[in-house]
Amino acid sequence: MTSFRLNGHDVSVDVPEDTPLLWVIRDEIGLTGTKFGCGIGMCGACTVHVGGRATRSCITPVSAVQGADITTIEGLDPAGNHPVQEAWRDLQVPQCGYCQSGQIMQVASLLKDYPQPTDQDIDAVMGGSLCRCMTYIRIRDAIRKAAATAAGGETSNG
Amino acid sequence: MGKLGRIGLGQRAGNDAASGLSRRGFLMAAVGAGVMFGFPAARAAQQFPAAGLPGDGAFEPTIWCAIAPDGTITVNIIRAEMGQHIGTALARIIADEMNADWAHVKINYVDTDPKWGLMVTGGSWSVWMTWDVFRQAGAAARVALTDAGAALLGVPASQCTTRDGMVIAGTKSIGYGDIVARAHPARSFTPDELARLPLKPAADRHLIGNHDLKALDIPAKTNGTAIYGIDARVEGMVYARPRMPPTRYGSRVRSVDDAAARAVKGYQRYLVIEDPSQIVQGWVLAIADTYTAAIRAADLLKVDWTPGETVNVSEKDVIDHGRAQIDRKDGGVMVFDDKGVDSTFAAAASTFSQDYTCASVLHYQLEPTNALAFEKDGIFEIHAGNQWQSLILPSLAKALQRPEKSIVLRSYLLGGGFGRRLNGDYMVPAALAAKALGKPVKLVLTRSDDMQFDSFRSPSIQRIRVAFDANKAITAMEYHAAAGWPTEVMAAAFMEKGVDGKPYDQFAIAGGDHWYEVGPLRVRALSNDLANRTFRPGWLRSVSPGWTSWGLESSWDEIAHLQGRDPVQFRLDHLTGAGRNKGEAPNSTGGALRQAAVIRRVAEKAGWGRALPKDTALGIASTFGQERGMPTWVACAAQVHVDRATGIVRCRKLTLVVDAGTIVDPDGARAQTEGAALWGLSMALFEGSEIVGGLPRDRNLDTYTPLRIADVPEMDIEFIASTEKPTGLGEPGTTPIAPAIGNAIFNAVGVRLRHLPIRPADVLRALKEKGSSTV
Repeated sequence: MTSFRLNGHDVSVDVPEDTPLLWVIRDEIGLTGTKFGCGIGMCGACTVHVGGRATRSCITPVSAVQGADITTIEGLDPAGNHPVQEAWRDLQVPQCGYCQSGQIMQVASLLKDYPQPTDQDIDAVMGGSLCRCMTYIRIRDAIRKAAATAAGGETSNG
Repeated sequence: MGKLGRIGLGQRAGNDAASGLSRRGFLMAAVGAGVMFGFPAARAAQQFPAAGLPGDGAFEPTIWCAIAPDGTITVNIIRAEMGQHIGTALARIIADEMNADWAHVKINYVDTDPKWGLMVTGGSWSVWMTWDVFRQAGAAARVALTDAGAALLGVPASQCTTRDGMVIAGTKSIGYGDIVARAHPARSFTPDELARLPLKPAADRHLIGNHDLKALDIPAKTNGTAIYGIDARVEGMVYARPRMPPTRYGSRVRSVDDAAARAVKGYQRYLVIEDPSQIVQGWVLAIADTYTAAIRAADLLKVDWTPGETVNVSEKDVIDHGRAQIDRKDGGVMVFDDKGVDSTFAAAASTFSQDYTCASVLHYQLEPTNALAFEKDGIFEIHAGNQWQSLILPSLAKALQRPEKSIVLRSYLLGGGFGRRLNGDYMVPAALAAKALGKPVKLVLTRSDDMQFDSFRSPSIQRIRVAFDANKAITAMEYHAAAGWPTEVMAAAFMEKGVDGKPYDQFAIAGGDHWYEVGPLRVRALSNDLANRTFRPGWLRSVSPGWTSWGLESSWDEIAHLQGRDPVQFRLDHLTGAGRNKGEAPNSTGGALRQAAVIRRVAEKAGWGRALPKDTALGIASTFGQERGMPTWVACAAQVHVDRATGIVRCRKLTLVVDAGTIVDPDGARAQTEGAALWGLSMALFEGSEIVGGLPRDRNLDTYTPLRIADVPEMDIEFIASTEKPTGLGEPGTTPIAPAIGNAIFNAVGVRLRHLPIRPADVLRALKEKGSSTV
C-alpha cells in the first residue's frame, strides 16, 4: 500500500511500487485531467505538484510519493479560478488542450519561484513543456498576465 | 475544389427523414476508485461545456440545430474538435443567420450516423464546407420562428424583424424559446426551399467576425474536465498495448512466448490480431488488468516474426526511387499539361532545373492513438477521437465482418489531430481485440508504438524546370513531384482525375498547380510506390502544400536572383490573374491578383528592402494555401540570422498576411495561423525523421525535436478585410514558412538549401562549399 494526499484527500493504493504516479492518478483514482504524452518526462503533459514542486508524474514511481502532498489540475483551485487558469481563459490559450493541464501546473510552480519571470526564466522553465498545437505565444503572454494579476495581490493556491 | 469538398458541399441542409438529434445515450463517466476516494466524478464526466441537449418540445427546423422551449439553441457539429474551436466557429454562422442570442447557444459534437453525411475534419475545409449549409439552416430557423412569432404577436410576418433571439414588431417582442413553447412550430424545409431563403447581408452580421466572443470549448481545457479519447472508460474493460511488428506491412507472427510476461502482475494473456481488412498486420497485443501491466507485459513478450519485404528500406531508397520516377518521361498523372510545353523547352534560349527534397515528418500529436471498443446491445461501439469517421467505418465493418450500420463511433475531443486521426487505423486492433475477447478493450499505444505506427508525411522529391527566351522571360514550366500517396492508399475513391483521365492524389501534388503566369505549364504527380509499400503515407498538417511550396517558392527566388531581379517584384510580375488564374466565384474570386495583394502587403509590413544587421536578412514566400479550388492567399516574410560559425539559423520574426475571405472567428483564425506558422517553422528547422530499416527512426522526444517555446520568433499576422466566401485557416499558415526561411538564408549568407529540414550541419556544409565559412 502506498498512501499520500491528493488534492487534499487521503488516498491509499495497492499497486506495484514502481507503478508511475501518472497511471495511479488516471486509472486507479480516476482523475483524468493529468495527461499521458511521451512517457519519458520530456513533454510535460503529466505535470503535477508533489510537495508544491512541478513533477513529471509519468516517470515518478508511486513509491516515491509515500506520504507526499500531491496536487493535480483538478485540485489547483476549487473553482478552477487560479490566476493562471484565468489568464489561460482570458487569452484563449488552449487549442486542442491536451498539454494544457501540464502547462498550467508548470506555470503555477514557475510563478512561485519567479513571481515576475523574465523571458529567459520562461524559456528555461517552460522549455520542458511541449505544445504540439504551438500555442507558445499565448502561453508566454498568459504567464505575464498571471504574474501581473498575482502581483496585484490576488491569492493563489496550489 | 477537391472531390471531398464537392461531396461535403452536397450535404443537405434539409430535414432528413429520421430527424431528431443523435442523443448521447452513452457519455463515458470516470468511474472506478475515484468515487470511492470522494472525488467528484461528475466533473470528469463532462465532455463538453454543458452540451445541453434539448428536451421534449424542441423545434428542429433542420437537422443542424434545435431551439428548446427554454430558449437554448443546440447546434450539431459533425466536425472533430482538435484545437481549432470549430464548434464555436460553425455555431457563429448558424446563430448569426438566425439572429440568435449567443448566450443561449450550445454546441453538440455528434456520434456517427448516416444522416450527417460525410464526416471528415481536414483539408482546412470545415468553415468553407459549412458556410452555405449553416447559413441556410440559420435562415430556415429565423423564417420559421418569425412566422410563428408574428402569429403570436398578432401581426403580419412582414412587419417583424429578429434580433438577439427575439421576434420584434414595433414595441412588441417575443423570445425564440417562448415561441417554441407556445406555438410548437414544426415547419421543415425542402432543399429547394432552403436554397431560396433570403440570407443576411454581410453588414448585418453580429456574430460572424465578432472579436468579443470566446471559444466554447476552452474553459474545460483549463481545469481538467475536458474528456479526450484516452479518458474514455467503461466498466469491465481490459487494457491492451501492442508489441509492434518489424514492418508496417507484411510481418507474420511465427511464435509468441509469454513466459516472462506472465510474471507481470495483472497480465492476462496475449492476442495475435488477424485483421480481415489487412490494416494491421503482424500485431500482437498484451492484455492486462491495468495499462502499466500491459506496457510491461508487451515489452516482455518474445515474438518471432517473419518481417515484411520492406524491412531494409531507407529514406534514401524512397527518395532515390522518386528521383528515378521523375527521370522517366512516362508514368505519373498530368494535373496540367498545357499545349506547347515540350516545343517551348526545345526552343528555349536557356533553362533552369532544380530538385528539392523533404524528409519524413512525424505527427507527434500529443495524445497517443488509442481506442476503446466493445459490443453492447448488438451495436459495436468505438470510443475515440477521429477526423474521418466516414472513411474508417467501412474498414471497421470489413475487419469486424459486420454491417456498417451496427457500428457507431462515439466522438471525443482529440489531443491533437494534425491529420494523424484522419486515418483511423488505430481503432481496428481495439475492435478486433474486443470481438475476440468478448469484452471491452481499451487499446493505448505508448509513444514509441505510436511513432512507429505513424502514418507520417512521406519523404518527397520535386523537380522544377523553367524555360526562358532570349530576353530571360519565362516561356514554359514543368513541375514534377514524387511522394507516397495517402489518398491512393487509404481513400482511392476520393482521388481526382488528371487531364489525362488518370486518378491522382490531389493531396500529394496540390501547391504545384500554382497561380503564376508562366506560359504552358505541365504539373505531373507521381505515386512513389516504394513509399506506399513501406509505410502508410499520411496526411499531415498542410499536406502537400507544406512541401510543394518548398520547391516552388525556393525556385522563384533562385530564378529571381539568377536574373538579378527583386524576388517580390518578380513574383508580382507573374501574378497577373489571366486565363485560368483569373479565379472563379465564389471560391477563388479575384484569383492570382489576391495572391499579389498579400505579397505586396507583407513586403510593406516587413519593410522589404531595408538594411539589416550582418548575416541577417528577410526572405519572402507566398502560397495559395491548400488547393486551387479553395485558395487561402498567404504571404510570409521571415527574418533570420545565420551564425556562420555554428550553422545555426535563428528565425527572429515572421510576418504573415492572409486573405481567407470572410473571417468567421477572428481570434480562432489568429490562433490557427500562429500554430500553423510555427508548424511550418518547426518543419523547416527543428523536426524531420528518416526511414531506417523500413520504419521511422525516431520513437520519442529524445531524438525527435519539435519547436519549443524558446524557439518562437516574434510574429505579426494580418488578415485582409474581406466579405468573400470564407476559405480555410487550419493549415495555410504552415505553407510559406519553410521557403521564406530558405530564401532568407540565401539573402543572409548566400547559400541555397534544397532539403528540408535545414540542419546546422547542412548550412555549414553549404557555407564551406561556397568558400565563405570564415568571416
